[in-house]
Amino acid sequence: MNRVEKQKLKWKCRRGLLELDLVLEKYLDKYPEDAELLPLLELPDNELWDIVAGRTDDYDPRLSAIVARLRAI
Amino acid sequence: MIPVRRFDAIVVGAGGAGMRAALELARANLRVAVLSKVFPTRSHTVAAQGGIAAPLANSTEDNWHWHMYDTVKGSDYLGDQDAIEYMCRRAVEVVVELEHMGMPFDRLENGKIYQRPFGGHTQSYGSAKMAMRACAAADRTGHAMLHTLYQQNVRANTQFFVEWMALDLIRDPQDGAVVGVTALEMETGELHVLQGKAVLLATGGSGRMFFSSTNAFINTGDGLGMAARAGLPLEDMEFYQFHPTGVYGAGVLITEGVRGEGGYLLNKDGERFMERYAPNAKDLASRDVVSRAMTTEIKEGRGAGPHADHVLLKLDHLGPEIINQRLPGIREISIKFANVDPVREPIPVVPTAHYQMGGIPANYLGQVVAPEGASKEAIVPGLYAAGECSCVSVHGGNRLGCNSLLDLVVFGRSSGEQMAKDIRALPRPQRNLPKDAGEQTRARLARLDGATSGERVAEVLNDLRRTMQAHCGVFRFPDDLAEGVRKMKAIAERAGRTFIADKSKVFNTARIEALELDNLVEAATAVVVSAEARKESRGAQARSDFPERDDQSWMKHTLWFKEGNRLDYKPVHLKPLSVDTIEPKARTY
Repeated sequence: MNRVEKQKLKWKCRRGLLELDLVLEKYLDKYPEDAELLPLLELPDNELWDIVAGRTDDYDPRLSAIVARLRAI
Repeated sequence: MIPVRRFDAIVVGAGGAGMRAALELARANLRVAVLSKVFPTRSHTVAAQGGIAAPLANSTEDNWHWHMYDTVKGSDYLGDQDAIEYMCRRAVEVVVELEHMGMPFDRLENGKIYQRPFGGHTQSYGSAKMAMRACAAADRTGHAMLHTLYQQNVRANTQFFVEWMALDLIRDPQDGAVVGVTALEMETGELHVLQGKAVLLATGGSGRMFFSSTNAFINTGDGLGMAARAGLPLEDMEFYQFHPTGVYGAGVLITEGVRGEGGYLLNKDGERFMERYAPNAKDLASRDVVSRAMTTEIKEGRGAGPHADHVLLKLDHLGPEIINQRLPGIREISIKFANVDPVREPIPVVPTAHYQMGGIPANYLGQVVAPEGASKEAIVPGLYAAGECSCVSVHGGNRLGCNSLLDLVVFGRSSGEQMAKDIRALPRPQRNLPKDAGEQTRARLARLDGATSGERVAEVLNDLRRTMQAHCGVFRFPDDLAEGVRKMKAIAERAGRTFIADKSKVFNTARIEALELDNLVEAATAVVVSAEARKESRGAQARSDFPERDDQSWMKHTLWFKEGNRLDYKPVHLKPLSVDTIEPKARTY
């Protein structure tokens, strides 16, 4: 990822829910260039939080690796 | 030359208030631009869980008079009674309208909107009988509202400027009228002028000023900073609502249900200290009592942790079964955000900032008002404010649950209506922009871009948040407040010397964060200066040295001005629009 792509990814991690801000901030500290995060960031905040918090497994199975990494944060 | 784009109306912020106003304007066939730092449905409105208050009387007898009474009492008699009457009388209409837009409210078996009871909402003017007044969409009411309003705006062809950050208001020096804003397009890093006949600030709260806050990172008081830098006052900023138990260091809320199930608070010595403060109710005493006790423990050196700055919420004695079954989500939240498993260890908690009652002074039509000549409330032409960034003032000293979402739609709508009316009354061509339009912003950006050394943004922000938490939190002590005013002055000076290492223009988030810090500095200074000056306890302002409400001296709104850190005051509107004044009395529940 170039600088601009990294910055855009960082800004897309600014959310309406504090819980997501905190998890995604920590995630970016660990994986600052993970483009696999992008499709998840298109989800509405509450849906994304349900996935991150493990309250639902209702997501595209192709995203299972990134979801696992996010849940481990 | 800074490029100029022209619209009829400009809305800054795409949360519930901004989107409701934009919808009104777009439906009136006006050209409206909505600016948002983030994608509109990622505004903080999405976090509101509880519901929206409206006396629909679907489940219990109810009417707007009772709702109005509860709101005035909840405000600790600092709310403006004309605005409160206006809001409560329009509540049913705006909720039905949301229903017709397709907002998925929970339903009763008869198909009507389900309503639940909520703290502070009563029948018959404060009787012991609760009113079922909260309309909800599961525990995601804000989310449902925001998505509904966004879809309606897309349908109405509202033009969104996503990832654009508004920076300053542009005022015509001739009459002070607001004629537009400057804004940074993040994608290019370019500065733009957006000119409009009416500008609405709907930028939400400034909760990030506190070390412990439930607010998302975007809540940096941007509209407050814009207003303050444009010479306008901020009203009643000392009134900030706190929750007693946010996870230390994160701010994520731990529901009161934890204490309801038998969890209790400990100081660093392992003492169950609430027994001393509230021998009967103990940990189930009201929010303000628990928050004050926690602050006292920390202040007297009995806080836990290396900084002795939090207390502990113990629930391991409940056993894993009860924790898992009756308190779903608590375990995952404390493991994720406090790094402790509450089945084995107590959760570190601290009183946590949640909602800003004060803001940009506006009347119930959304028009921003400020002192001028003999008037304390002269209308600022062209400028409007709605939602948490505004102070209408319907929440006064303290907000009642479920009145925040109501505030967004009632005053979002009334602002939109008023803006449309005012725009139509103006001559068709736009005014000429002042010659120096945008120069104030350009100078701010030039300083930041030119600085090669100075203060680091993250460090100044961290010091600001710790100062506000320690000196101007939920329970306020005179020495702390005075020291807080001094420290905030020093922090404001440091914020004027920030620098960023990354000088690139395109999508430079460090630049955005530096500009956000400027806004937080204005908002935080307003809070601490206003709190230090108000020598009473009322609503969310609790002082150790003045524990009582003092209507004789302090039934008045504070106005803080950036210039000279000056304060002024103005009377509370005690006269409602059509009914008798609700006379102040002791606020007991």
